Amino acid sequence: MAKSIIKLEHITHKYNHSIALDDVSLEVKQGEFWALIGPNGSGKSTLLKIILGLLKPTQGTIELFGGPIDSFKQQQKIGYVSQKSNAFTTKFPATVLEVVKSGLTSKKGLFKRFDKEDEQQAIEALHVVKMADRKYESIGDLSGGQQQRVFIARALVSHPELLIMDEPTVGIDRQNVESFYAMLSELNRDYGIAILLVTHEIDVVTKLATHIACLNRSIHFHGVHADYEKMSDRDLSGWYGHPIRRLHQEETEPVK
Amino acid sequence: MIEAIFAYEFLQNAVLSGLIIGVIAPMLGLFIVVRRMAMISDALSHVALAGIAGSLYLSQQVLFFAALNPVYLGMGAAVIGSLLIERLRRVYKSFEELAIPIILSAGIGFGAIFISLAKGFGTDLVGYLFGSVSAVSRQDLYIVILIAIIVVAFLYFLYKELFTLAFDPEYARVSGINERVIQASFMIITALVIGASMRIVGILLVSSLMTLPVAAAIQIAKSYKSALIYSVIFGEIAVIIGLISAYYLDIAPGGTIVVTSVFILLIVLFWKKIRS
Repeated sequence: MAKSIIKLEHITHKYNHSIALDDVSLEVKQGEFWALIGPNGSGKSTLLKIILGLLKPTQGTIELFGGPIDSFKQQQKIGYVSQKSNAFTTKFPATVLEVVKSGLTSKKGLFKRFDKEDEQQAIEALHVVKMADRKYESIGDLSGGQQQRVFIARALVSHPELLIMDEPTVGIDRQNVESFYAMLSELNRDYGIAILLVTHEIDVVTKLATHIACLNRSIHFHGVHADYEKMSDRDLSGWYGHPIRRLHQEETEPVK
Repeated sequence: MIEAIFAYEFLQNAVLSGLIIGVIAPMLGLFIVVRRMAMISDALSHVALAGIAGSLYLSQQVLFFAALNPVYLGMGAAVIGSLLIERLRRVYKSFEELAIPIILSAGIGFGAIFISLAKGFGTDLVGYLFGSVSAVSRQDLYIVILIAIIVVAFLYFLYKELFTLAFDPEYARVSGINERVIQASFMIITALVIGASMRIVGILLVSSLMTLPVAAAIQIAKSYKSALIYSVIFGEIAVIIGLISAYYLDIAPGGTIVVTSVFILLIVLFWKKIRS
């Protein structure tokens, strides 16, 4: 049986008195590609913060790699990619290689310096995202899509078993988004990395993901791709809060 | 000036301390600037003013303080100020920058009280405010050397953590870096560098030596390492030209060092403009 990577049980979280998450349970196993979808304010970011250990839930338990989150110390097993927009100051003086190497900080441990081997690992990670030839360029000189590839490389450099991404395609143009998602599929398929992707782009992602979870404070649906496809657009619209019309593979444009 | 350096101990002290702070102030300054905390060094230097003024006042009143180097109390005040800023930043989570004016004005406030109580300190205080070539003692030089060793070791061993934290704080937290501890030690180190630099560049100008060379460096640097190297080079040029002109013109070195830094920045900006 595939090993458990994230296990959430009965997670409830309240900000002051408003409920952000209500009794959410979810399990992500090795090699799975999960898309977490939901409208704005549905608690997606709160859930990610809880999984990443940035926030303690009001109630419920979290297990990472089979152990409780409080005793989890192997952060290098998790690669994290945030929204491009809040990632960094655009004029920050740093090369692509320096940024990717910073992904090894926690694996390397306190007081230790990066060596040639770390540099080699960073270059390998850049090869995976096809950015190795840009390694000495300043991160600020790249386009949004290229920067996001670099951040994926930073997440990959420590050889994680899980990638967590919070709307990674925000601010990236359409053309690049598609090749970006194709790369994610590849990472999942060829390297067996489990992925938890938070997104608004229901159509693209639900084609790629092996599992889908629909969140709106509580989980309204979670399961494999085939079951998600069977769900009617009406059901989906019901919990999303506004009409949803999914594109099917033979269609090119949504029917009005 | 070269002959004079060999002849007079006070000049050796000034030149050596100047050269050392020309390295450590811009080096630390880069980490401060990229984190958008440039104003923090201003706030801390004003707290150091309160410490210096307090020490000078107490030295008129209590025998023990007459023998104590005012730099110690100045540095101590800056360290306490740095920890208070950290504390206040957490209290005012959504208005983090508010911590800086609070601490800055508190520093000037206490400073003003001690200065008035002592009915002015004359040249002593002016030396601390704008720096001095003649007032740097051997003991001051030893303090500068000790602090330089601490700063260089700190930046050397925590380079990757400091870089990660500066580049992307959220990512740093997620990857398990202990932000609180590193941030608190970083603030203390900043306070120490301010303490070390104030004899030469003066309390009012110390933050400029931490920010102006960096401002010029990040205009032309492609990598973080090169930004660090450029910052140090620009800092050293400013200190050397500044000290030489201060010596010959018999004026406060703080002024000449900072004005040189401003010229370097202008030259870099101009050079960048004609190149594009």
